[in-house]
Amino acid sequence: MIDSRLTRRGLLGAAALGGIGLAWPGLLPAWARTGSHGIAAKDFATLTGQEIALAVANSAFTVDGRRGHAVTINGTLPAPLLRLREGQNVRLAVTNHLDEDTSIHWHGLLVPFTMDGVPGVSFPGIRPHETFVYEFPVRQSGTYWYHSHSGLQEQQGHYGPIVIDPAGEDPVAADREHVVLLSDWSFLHPHQIFSRLKQEGGFFNRQRLTLLGAREGEPRLSREDREMFARARMDPTDIADVTAAAYTYLINGHSPDENWTGLFRPGERVRLRIINAAAMTIFNLRIPDLPLTVVGTDGQLVRPVEVDELQIAPAETYDLVVTPAADRAFTIVAESIDRSGLARATLAPRLGMVAPVPPLRERPLLGMADMGMGGMDHGSGHGGGHGAAAGHDMDMRDESRVGFPVGVGVDMIAPNPVDRTGDPGIGLENVGHRVLTYRDLVALTPNRDSRPPSRTVDVHLTGNMERFMWSFDGVKFSEGAEPIRFARDERVRVRLINDTMMSHPIHLHGHFFEIVNGHGPHQPLKHTVNVLPGSVTAFDVTADAPGDWAFHCHLLLHMHAGMMRVVTVRPLGGEAA
Amino acid sequence: MKPMIFLLAATALSAPALAQSAPATAQADRGVGPPQPADPHAGHETPADPHAGHDMAADHDQGQADPHAGHSMPANPQAQPPTTPPERPDSHAGHEAPADPHAGHDMGADHGEGQTGPHAGHAMPAEPPAQFPASSTARPDPHAGHSMPEGHGAHGPAQADPHAGHVMPAAPAPAPAAPPAEAHSGPVHAADSVFGEARMAAAREALRETHGDVRTSRLLIDRFEARLRDGDDGYLWDAQFWWGGDVDKLWLKTEGEGVFDRGVESAEVQGLWSRAIDPWFDLQVGVRHDFRPAPDRTHLVVGFQGLAPYWFEIDGALFLSHEGEVSARLEAEYDLRLTPRLIAQPQAELELAAQDMPELGVGAGLSTAELGLRLRYEIAPEFAPYVGIAYERAFGDTADYWRAEGEDAGGWSLLLGLRAWF
Repeated sequence: MIDSRLTRRGLLGAAALGGIGLAWPGLLPAWARTGSHGIAAKDFATLTGQEIALAVANSAFTVDGRRGHAVTINGTLPAPLLRLREGQNVRLAVTNHLDEDTSIHWHGLLVPFTMDGVPGVSFPGIRPHETFVYEFPVRQSGTYWYHSHSGLQEQQGHYGPIVIDPAGEDPVAADREHVVLLSDWSFLHPHQIFSRLKQEGGFFNRQRLTLLGAREGEPRLSREDREMFARARMDPTDIADVTAAAYTYLINGHSPDENWTGLFRPGERVRLRIINAAAMTIFNLRIPDLPLTVVGTDGQLVRPVEVDELQIAPAETYDLVVTPAADRAFTIVAESIDRSGLARATLAPRLGMVAPVPPLRERPLLGMADMGMGGMDHGSGHGGGHGAAAGHDMDMRDESRVGFPVGVGVDMIAPNPVDRTGDPGIGLENVGHRVLTYRDLVALTPNRDSRPPSRTVDVHLTGNMERFMWSFDGVKFSEGAEPIRFARDERVRVRLINDTMMSHPIHLHGHFFEIVNGHGPHQPLKHTVNVLPGSVTAFDVTADAPGDWAFHCHLLLHMHAGMMRVVTVRPLGGEAA
Repeated sequence: MKPMIFLLAATALSAPALAQSAPATAQADRGVGPPQPADPHAGHETPADPHAGHDMAADHDQGQADPHAGHSMPANPQAQPPTTPPERPDSHAGHEAPADPHAGHDMGADHGEGQTGPHAGHAMPAEPPAQFPASSTARPDPHAGHSMPEGHGAHGPAQADPHAGHVMPAAPAPAPAAPPAEAHSGPVHAADSVFGEARMAAAREALRETHGDVRTSRLLIDRFEARLRDGDDGYLWDAQFWWGGDVDKLWLKTEGEGVFDRGVESAEVQGLWSRAIDPWFDLQVGVRHDFRPAPDRTHLVVGFQGLAPYWFEIDGALFLSHEGEVSARLEAEYDLRLTPRLIAQPQAELELAAQDMPELGVGAGLSTAELGLRLRYEIAPEFAPYVGIAYERAFGDTADYWRAEGEDAGGWSLLLGLRAWF
């Protein structure tokens, strides 16, 4: 392992001399290199300026000494850090060296829709050996990322971070900053992962409840709950579709054993720009012994709030400030939501120092709230729920509750979905320390549009766990789903009603929306909202970006299975002419 | 200029560790189906906001040293119990605003350009934790006690109005409604005018295919086993293959049995169109051909296959042969997971016939039944050898036919086999 790391660094040196290199396999950009002094340092793999060239190509990538196939940008995984400045213009020339189409979506950036990078929605895609030039003004600051929107390339390594410095002073003053980019790497081809899930919805779940497992400390359900789950043909351990059985969880391209290390000097304020670039993994992130001050999410600043742990879904970002005072190492731990595995990295004063890696905690079980019977029981795991008798008689698929045909692809209609923005996420209800919830997020500055929303749009998140079908309102995108239509500058409240037992990070392109969490004009701005199972989560949005935009679940394989819509904003005005 | 620093006085957090799951019932009554389109947050700011009614819309110009000066915070945190009383449907009423003493500070950021802006020095005057009511999740206010004394000096013009937005009753719940007419204006596909309709149409079709219209397949060898029985050792296979999308599939099945000494005794192949008719079950229609026993039979097949409540896998079919005979088959199995890899699978299979078929050795009624129990070990989920036992018995006329052939009407077998799929 040390060998592979040395090799990788040696190659990095070579790449530094040779500039952008596609030929070197398995490279890590310098900011993602272990022992990084932080992204403020001069790194050749940090790309800045008005003209940036990016090349998408096949590469080999090595994890724990084993080589796999990756799709990379400029030969590195993660892709180079794009460091831009608010107010600048940027031209990004993306050349496709693959034998299939590719694309880059600038996740969270407010760009004209033609620059948004979704093939079939915003542009035609980038054909093999073609170069597409994205050009747009940088209108914002914060932590973002970029990734492919073609096929399943994102699962293969086609992602990287974006940091945009504010035009003026950065209100989040920090002595040093690190990008902490989480991802899930697999040696399986993503199409094979998808096929396995279609063949057996629970294929990667190796943590099912067993008859003899009780003795080994498996979590238990009450008899009533067990019966209810079985009758509904639902599995209380079905928390992540793809698990550590297929994944090695990475931080900045490093496996837990490769242990990416970011340096600090004791007493410094260190800003961590956490990006979840995973295809299918929701992480629970913490740094034992180090409180996390959340100062931003999805690139937007929030009032500082101190927590000990937070759940971060794919496509979300959090900006944290930590102040490690002691001359010791700290472990960044990001457990996968089902606790089948973890990503690990280290913050340390000197390279080579390590801190203990806490073992995986007891895995959670789904409870009544996750079945959309909110309020009857909050008991996700940890001893199991104690369902009220009422819940057991509930119709788990009452078609009269919804206004769309309940077909093959809908195995559940949440009988009583509730607002769970005050919940920390599956498995974090009883961890004994402070965990961030969406209700803790308060926009630092009041939001621009103070109009009340003029109408509500309900979107049901629907699925069939057994057949691995995923959709909105029971209709897959491929079935000719009608776009969701907004009038330009219309202010709309969108309610996402999760009729499934999984969390879904829902992403709207081209806009920030405000999560309706009780903070009035300070509702936090986000581009991706993780909707907990059996919950309803509302956001208010001002449809101020004319064009066509993708709107989808950011669990890549859910999107691939059909959990997507086009959102249209009209009239276009002169923008598209 | 020296950057502003957030000073987070963690020590001021006097609240104990969180007990987040406590008020589970708080949200019980907040249904959200179409019949109840009400905004769950509607109005819940107002009663709680200590600043409600202040006209904050005024002074946008000058900074103030203390944005909270003169504002009284709610005094009694216990006034909002963590559990909602029945007569108060909105569990959030009053929880949010008082928990956040800073809500509504107009930092004056320019939101016209991407919601960023100068946030320098957002002051967080210390607030005694005691002033904050518990939120609905019994969490202490995370801002409580954040002391930010340096902030005041750093107020730029952008920070001018500390009160703006303090009046923030949540918007009245808007009704679900169709989009306004202008939402339907303009081109159907915005990108067509930029990139051309032809290229975009092709890209749209690729987009459609890769977002829900995905074909997959599976070959499952459910049973491939030796059946050891007294002096009559034999073998059995039972496999199926499907290919298709989520709703429609081509489904092939084959099963058969033989005796090592005498060769294949029964062998059949089915070719079916399988259509999902509910989330768990497929309707299957097609043809079955029996190569053994002689004479050949070809049947029309109508069947179903899927997952019943309590995780029983069910497969049933009616057969109409080209001779006009009607028969049926029903199979059920269940996976009992002993450990993550060791699985016990009880299985039952019934064969029925509507009439005697002497040349095939089948009598009317329940002709045969088999009960099996297989214990498999999943070396990988796709590859699992097993051992098992099975008891097979013929009934009625079928039993008589068997005896006439010199066979027992029932008996035990020891099974050694493999379950595999790709």
